Amino acid sequence: MTKATANLLYSKEHEWVLQLDGNRVRIGISDFAQEALGDIVFVENPEIDAEISANEAVGTIESVKAVSEIFTPLSGTVVSVNDVLEDAPETINEEPFEAGWLFELEMSNPEELETLMNEDQYQAFTNEGEN
Amino acid sequence: MSNTYRYLPDTTQDQEEMLAALNISSIDVLFEDIPAEIRLQGELAIPDAVSEPLLMKKMIQLSAKNKNANHYPTFLGAGTYDHYIPNVVDHMLLRSEFYTAYTPYQPEISQGELQAIFEFQTMVCELTGMDVANSSMYDGFTSLAEAASLAVASTRRSKVLVSKAVHPESRAILQTVAAGPGYAVEEVNLVNEVTDLNQLGQQIDKNTAAVIVQYPNFFGSIEDLAEVKKIAAENGALFIVSANPLALALLQTPGHFGADIVVGDMQPLGIPMSFGGPHCGYFAVSKKYMRKIPGRIVGQTEDESGKRGFVLTLQAREQHIRRDKATSNICSNQALNALASSICMSALGKQGIRRMAQLNFEKADYAAKALEKKGFTIINKAPFFNEFVVELPCPVKEVNAKLIKAGIIGGFDLGKDYGLENQMLLAVTEQRTKEEIDKLIEVLEAVVNG
Amino acid sequence: MVEYNDLIFEISRQGRVGSNLPESDVGHVDLQDKLPKHLIRDVPAELPEVSELQIARHYTALSNKNHGIDNGFYPLGSCTMKYNPKINETVARLEGFSRIHPYQPVETVQGALEVLYELQEELAVITGMDAVTLQPSAGAQGEWTGLMMVKAYHAQKGETRTKVLVPDSAHGTNPASATVAGFETITIPSNKNGLVDLEELKKHVGSDTAALMLTNPNTLGLFETEILEIAEVVHEAGGLLYYDGANANAILGKTTPGSMGFDIVHLNLHKTFTGPHGGGGPGAGPVGVKAKLIPYLPVPRVEKENDQYVLNYNEPLSIGRVKGYYGNFGILLRAYTYIRTMGNVGLREVSESAVLHANYLRKRLEPYFDAPYSQVCKHEFVLSGSRQKKLGVRTLDMAKRLLDFGYHPPTIYFPLNVEECLMIEPTETESKETLDAFADVMIQIAKEVEENPSVVLEAPHTTVIGRLDEVKAARQPILRYVKEEAAEREKEFARS
Repeated sequence: MTKATANLLYSKEHEWVLQLDGNRVRIGISDFAQEALGDIVFVENPEIDAEISANEAVGTIESVKAVSEIFTPLSGTVVSVNDVLEDAPETINEEPFEAGWLFELEMSNPEELETLMNEDQYQAFTNEGEN
Repeated sequence: MSNTYRYLPDTTQDQEEMLAALNISSIDVLFEDIPAEIRLQGELAIPDAVSEPLLMKKMIQLSAKNKNANHYPTFLGAGTYDHYIPNVVDHMLLRSEFYTAYTPYQPEISQGELQAIFEFQTMVCELTGMDVANSSMYDGFTSLAEAASLAVASTRRSKVLVSKAVHPESRAILQTVAAGPGYAVEEVNLVNEVTDLNQLGQQIDKNTAAVIVQYPNFFGSIEDLAEVKKIAAENGALFIVSANPLALALLQTPGHFGADIVVGDMQPLGIPMSFGGPHCGYFAVSKKYMRKIPGRIVGQTEDESGKRGFVLTLQAREQHIRRDKATSNICSNQALNALASSICMSALGKQGIRRMAQLNFEKADYAAKALEKKGFTIINKAPFFNEFVVELPCPVKEVNAKLIKAGIIGGFDLGKDYGLENQMLLAVTEQRTKEEIDKLIEVLEAVVNG
Repeated sequence: MVEYNDLIFEISRQGRVGSNLPESDVGHVDLQDKLPKHLIRDVPAELPEVSELQIARHYTALSNKNHGIDNGFYPLGSCTMKYNPKINETVARLEGFSRIHPYQPVETVQGALEVLYELQEELAVITGMDAVTLQPSAGAQGEWTGLMMVKAYHAQKGETRTKVLVPDSAHGTNPASATVAGFETITIPSNKNGLVDLEELKKHVGSDTAALMLTNPNTLGLFETEILEIAEVVHEAGGLLYYDGANANAILGKTTPGSMGFDIVHLNLHKTFTGPHGGGGPGAGPVGVKAKLIPYLPVPRVEKENDQYVLNYNEPLSIGRVKGYYGNFGILLRAYTYIRTMGNVGLREVSESAVLHANYLRKRLEPYFDAPYSQVCKHEFVLSGSRQKKLGVRTLDMAKRLLDFGYHPPTIYFPLNVEECLMIEPTETESKETLDAFADVMIQIAKEVEENPSVVLEAPHTTVIGRLDEVKAARQPILRYVKEEAAEREKEFARS
């Protein structure tokens, strides 16, 4: 399991959220999610400056035989996207919590953070799904 | 069961053995799960079986009721053309390893088909000047509608502009398709026989997903793609071109003019007219839209030992994976006709395709000039490829009836779709000899004078 | 034997030709005199330059790397890979059919229109419908055509119905077609017998239901025994029933979608009616409807007036055009020829034999694989590779192992609701010897999984190429040949 995940918050759609400075957050998908998708071949991130709202489908992640939508867990303005994924989408498989992040958001409604799970809650959530 | 069906191999003994293995007494037992009230009693009300020799005779007789281009030189075009198909094409197509195969989902035993499609994609890219082409679509018309839907989905805008000089059937299908997701299709009027760029400039807005023109257009004229692109680009709309692939041997490529999507039909290159189908749509895009393209795509890869091989790829776009999230529902393609077209393009080759296109250009030019000399008016103001419009002094239908009597199939009547009464769209391909063209003109002249 | 792995572009040499055209008999015209310079192509298209023999060798070599029905057994479930009769190919190539233009005056194409008209009539009888359009090019296009009619029908009645229900075992095209037609898809779970769960269905049917799409027999090869109840539930709510004809090979002359209560049907002529699959197409997907939907059929309609066949464009409620001209005539012609060959009794025997073969083959394989459903099957059946998966061998591996024996594998991993699914459709045109030989090989593979799994895991062993890297293909797509790029890759490969 990748280190330094203890500070992360998680959504039921298997995204993680890392709080950066102020209202800025970084969003990615969990190890559980990348494992389920298999070899990721393409990522379609939202565009910079896009205004997005929580639980909206803002992009897609494709593996060879599956496609999964990226649901943003939080509302806000997209301020940065991870360009590395353009040429090396496999980075998500390799380092889902670090170099394989998806995009960064300037939150418009930080209260939404409260709807997310902490790591223990997320672990419990994924275990539940497996039974 | 009887022994009269040559496609059914079971003998009575075979059936008895299988029934015995299943421990049942008759095949009817296997159909008892169908509620009794809906089980058919008696036979279907369709004719009895016909033996092969008699059926062959019947089909030949039926086919003989049609007047075909081998005996009636045809001047019909309007989207389907009489071009020469080298003999090698059909001989290769009859390799049943190609035509009796399914979609190449098992690449290890489908390398032939996959490589042929990869080569087809390459040839389409070469002709159109685009980066990526798919493995084919149903036909050029439906391909155009799919292009419009791609533009709407990818720009999130809700209107497309289509020139009235785009094939009437393309526009009709586009209207039907647009009614699904509910986007608007607006037509752009013509000035003379080409797209009115002023009108286009007025109709286009920030809600326009795409501008669609045809190249050469329905009347045979060559639209100035540079001007259309400029207007589309200024408004952030995609530029979609429907192009005749043979004409692209001589005309500057849509890719060169910055087309985002190029569609059309490969029929002119190796596919028989066959009363309108099956033909073979093609679909090419710039790199930006590579992962949005509908239908199947073949890509190059390698096996464990590093050997080059081909597979269906970018499948995450397709309906069998995306299901209700798919932007296109296309499943089958026209692989066999794409193969026909590839073989034909190989036979023509880099030089031959230019020669063929040049012959078309010259013959149409000759016919138009000869008609003008006899006092007919040619409607086209812009340069044209292998089709043009001639004005007649009486209804096209009447003229065509007289032409048939003279052993010629005349042109397309522009009355029904455009309200252009007495105007006939003539196609003159490399198949038409000077003698046939002269005969056409002779009959037309007689009609005028008689 | 020397392996041939060249692309046609790689055997191209400047100056070679594979065909010749006559000299112009109307004089020469210079393009420059006619067209503005910017509209004239400056760089020629890089088509190959090869001789006619090279073309013949190239495509023959490619064909040798392809498996078709003529090469061997092809039990691909839901695809109905039956024999493609040779007479069909001959008929489609008759000059009176292949050399006619779609816009010829109708008086000059009466033979072609007769074929279309009679085929419409006969498909209506076979499906129990009142009228048929032959326009759609394929099953998926037929589905969309049908759903656009559903939409028009409800709209005409002043109703807005937004939901299309599909069972979880449905083909991917069903929900995709619903989306493209502007509907929302609701998935209905199957019950433990693999059939539509009537209670679940009732929960989802309502005043917003536009239609239910069903395949019957369904994709598990099972007949929906409660079809009449299902139809009643949907009809009572004001919805329509759509029949996906992918599996029609099981019911010819035995029952009809019309009698089951369906309002709309599409058929895949390239499945049930022997149109060759062509490596992916062309197909044909005619759509039949009950009388109340006739006004919405696409135009033009092929009709008969006295002794003349005509094209009718004048139907104000029609959904419009869905396909160029009159459909894939060449494929329709093959289906017509096939129906003539088999006749009424023959078509019934087709389905009887197809169903017998499927049940027999299942019986032979059941001891060795998990069979999730125990009732009688129709023309196809599903097995699950879950027993083998526990031993570390997946269905994909067993499919690849089949290639070593010269068989095309069954459909795998579909339907989605069966774990490690193998979906097997033997068809009626295979002999008992073929079924037995295939069963023997499947049983051998099941034993290999237990005794020597690596031979299965590493399969195929005998094909021209091994398992291909699909991840690489999708990550760095190479979708066309570019001479310079290919040379660059060669160099890199040599360096590594």
